Amino acid sequence: MALEILGISVLWLFLFGYVIVASIDFGAGFFNAYSLLRGNHQTLTKIIKRYLSPVWEITNVFLVFFFVGVVGFFPQTAYYYGTVLIVPASIALILLAIRGSYYAFEAYSGVSGHKGYALAYGISGLFIPAALSVVLTISEGGFVNMDSGHPKLDYGALFASPLSWSIVVLSIVAVLYISAVFLTWYAHKAGEHEATEVMRKYALIWAGPLIVSAFGIIIEMRQLNNWHYENMFDVWWLFALSGLLFAGTVYFIYKRIRYNWALVLLIVQFALAFFAYGVSHYPYLLYPYLTIHDSFTNEAMAIALVVVFIAGLALLIPSLYLVFRLFVFNKEYVSGKSDHHV
Amino acid sequence: MREVDSVFWSRALTELTLSFHIIFATIGVGVPLMILIAQYVGYKKNDMHYTMMARRWARGYTITVAVGVVTGTIIGLQLSLLWPQFMEVAGQVIAIPLFMETFAFFFEAIFLGIYLYTWDRFKNPKYHMLLLIPVSIGAAMSALFITIVNSFMNAPQGFTVKGDALIDIQPFMAMFTPAMPTKVGHVLTTAFMTVAFILAAIAAYKLLRGENHVYHKKALVLTMKLGLIFALASAVVGDFSAKYLAEYQPEKLAAAEWHFETEEGADLILFGVLDDGEIKYELRLPKMLSFLSHTDFNAEVIGLDQFPEDEHPPLIIHYFFDIMVSIGVFMILLSAIFVLGKWRNWSFVEARWFRWLIVLGGPLSVIAIEAGWWLAEMGRQPWILYGIMRTAEGATTATGVEYLFIAFAVVYFILGVGSVVILHRMFKNNPIDKELNSRQDGEGSWH
Ligand code: HDD
Ligand code: HEM
Ligand code: HEM
Repeated sequence: MALEILGISVLWLFLFGYVIVASIDFGAGFFNAYSLLRGNHQTLTKIIKRYLSPVWEITNVFLVFFFVGVVGFFPQTAYYYGTVLIVPASIALILLAIRGSYYAFEAYSGVSGHKGYALAYGISGLFIPAALSVVLTISEGGFVNMDSGHPKLDYGALFASPLSWSIVVLSIVAVLYISAVFLTWYAHKAGEHEATEVMRKYALIWAGPLIVSAFGIIIEMRQLNNWHYENMFDVWWLFALSGLLFAGTVYFIYKRIRYNWALVLLIVQFALAFFAYGVSHYPYLLYPYLTIHDSFTNEAMAIALVVVFIAGLALLIPSLYLVFRLFVFNKEYVSGKSDHHV
Repeated sequence: MREVDSVFWSRALTELTLSFHIIFATIGVGVPLMILIAQYVGYKKNDMHYTMMARRWARGYTITVAVGVVTGTIIGLQLSLLWPQFMEVAGQVIAIPLFMETFAFFFEAIFLGIYLYTWDRFKNPKYHMLLLIPVSIGAAMSALFITIVNSFMNAPQGFTVKGDALIDIQPFMAMFTPAMPTKVGHVLTTAFMTVAFILAAIAAYKLLRGENHVYHKKALVLTMKLGLIFALASAVVGDFSAKYLAEYQPEKLAAAEWHFETEEGADLILFGVLDDGEIKYELRLPKMLSFLSHTDFNAEVIGLDQFPEDEHPPLIIHYFFDIMVSIGVFMILLSAIFVLGKWRNWSFVEARWFRWLIVLGGPLSVIAIEAGWWLAEMGRQPWILYGIMRTAEGATTATGVEYLFIAFAVVYFILGVGSVVILHRMFKNNPIDKELNSRQDGEGSWH
């Protein structure tokens, strides 16, 4: 396999990891805030905290890994995306900073927060995916112009584009849906019946909008009839398979059976769609300026990066396995029977 | 004109973010080792107080880590946002340590998460303590890798410039630059030193506030001893850093020492002011600069006159250098007197005024860290990649960076105030007496 394909696949895999774990986190914050408003907050908060507390930092590293890796494998992206993303990425960073530290302040200090903060926390979790999803829109092409040799983002076009708004909507809905399905499973595992029912309801509520907005984007793309739509058509079967799995998840959740299978199908469903999207984007990183071939780093660096990556994984996979055993698949911990916080 | 603004504000924002991040990063590097030492002493001596120290430090650490992580994420992405042209070039040569750093973070984050949530979960407390080893290693590795990147900026190598392109790239050569050993050594030792003195300052403060508990006295003695060891190490490695500069970046040293003319037997100039190029009110140590730079009182030291005007670093770094070194010397003296005094039973080391000096030592060490970085980074100017790329060439061409500067300044203000308030409340609501009592009564964990 060519090294650039290997590089982009690895990065895409980590971005996928971030999308899943961050969605759970962002969605959880939103549901927590919502239940606070509704007054049934005790049922959810406990379970959400128990999952989030030991892992939120790990979630963040997925993101850091992605953007550091991109600059390593494709240094030119630093120039193009770095220049055009300065405002949207700064907004996302500010939200991430406030949200992350507020979470830690509250979760670790034992000092309980204030209703207003919890609301701000919940809502900011939806703005972050919206701000980050702008990258996907920009990569489609048509929003970046060259201004005396330097790339410049055309905000007017970006805000006027129905495609960019559909992507924003999809990202928010996906966050809520992924999170709801995960928490249904987690609450069920914890034996928290009430919380399971609440999350199950949310999962079913958000399933509809998810499929509608996903189709919305496909229609949007078809109308633009751009290069990407044609490529997507070539891998239509991947998208179709993903749709089938989606139906499977909804079925299990609806029937209140096999929540663990519902979760597995959900992850595979998103993985298929995510990779089908990525494959159909090939070879462009930023249409039409950057492809993965011409922006690829030199060979010496690429080989070194791959070697470091493999060594790193050898270290990480056993450690991640340990975390999952202790906090996600451990019945005692999940059900709150064992609490050994420092 | 607009481009000049972008350069100015990109610099300002980088400075702001890094100066804020470095406080939490330094704590992040140093605290795991201190927790490990305290827990080990507690385990060996079977002394509940030291174990409690480890536990309480770890609890405070959760807050500083959080701010370290979010500000680190900011600077990591900001480097590409504010310096896209620099990152495009640097990415081709020095991406390896940046990439390795993310693994170090991953490793640290994973084991820290486990450590924090498994107190008393293991049957044998030794296993729990052992979790701190990967945490400490991960933290030290983060510092190692990022400092390697910074060393590369100061002494780039491992590639050849050919026209507009870089060829002949050797990623591992780029990591082992001449700047690397002293820089990494100094960054690590100063981080350990600073954290030891911050923890000593907290213990001294608690004693001054009337919590006259033996717990705080033990903490004070332990941290002052560690502080002394690391302060001595910092000074030794700092001296090597100066020798490195004399050899490889003489203009940085010359600007830091206000050494304008190349001469033999050069004097060391401390403090003073510049009046039209004349140095006034300075403290002059004859021939010391030659000695410090080359271990020879009569050696020749290169002055600023050997460099074109437009490559002179700003002369203000002289003050940063003086501040850093003065604080280093002061902290060595203070901790040495304390340790000696404890040994020989000098009563004044327990006096209020002496404890206030120890309280002052915490913030002073942080100021030394800041001064050291401003010296190192401003002293590299006008280069972003020494000798290869000027700072102005690396900056973004986007406009409006000043608004981002304001926005981030507000964010750091909130984070700074927030972490102080939360840390204060955390420990005020749970003083040591109360916690020791509840643990002895076998009560459940703290919330
Ligand atoms: C507690 C903090 C602290 C203390 C007490 C000292 N330093 Fe330092 N110094 C640093 C914290 C620091 C630092 C923050 O870690 C720097 C900034 C960049 C770097 O590599 O380390 C630094 C840089 C730095 C440099 C510039 C290196 C370069 O630009 O490549 C020199 C020459 C020294 N130091 C020398 C000293 C000497 C002779 C000291 C005598 C006591 C000393 N430092 C104490
Ligand atoms: C340009 C310079 C720097 C960049 C780009 C940077 C980047 C980062 C990033 C991305 C994180 C968050 C990682 C996560 O998600 O867990 C972080 C945290 C951290 N950084 Fe920095 N960093 C820089 C300077 C430094 C320096 C000089 C040190 C040490 C002396 C340091 C030590 C740490 C540590 C220990 C953490 C973990 C957080 C903690 O334990 O408090 N960083 N940094
Ligand atoms: C990976 C390592 C680092 C990189 C890539 C990096 C990058 C940069 C860049 C691009 C600038 C702007 C040029 C300038 O105006 O000076 C800068 C300046 C600066 N950096 Fe670093 N830096 C690194 C490490 C650090 C660390 C760890 C600190 C610690 C606080 C630091 C502190 C500063 C400061 C204070 C300035 C402003 C200097 C000035 O006024 O010119 N840097 N750095």
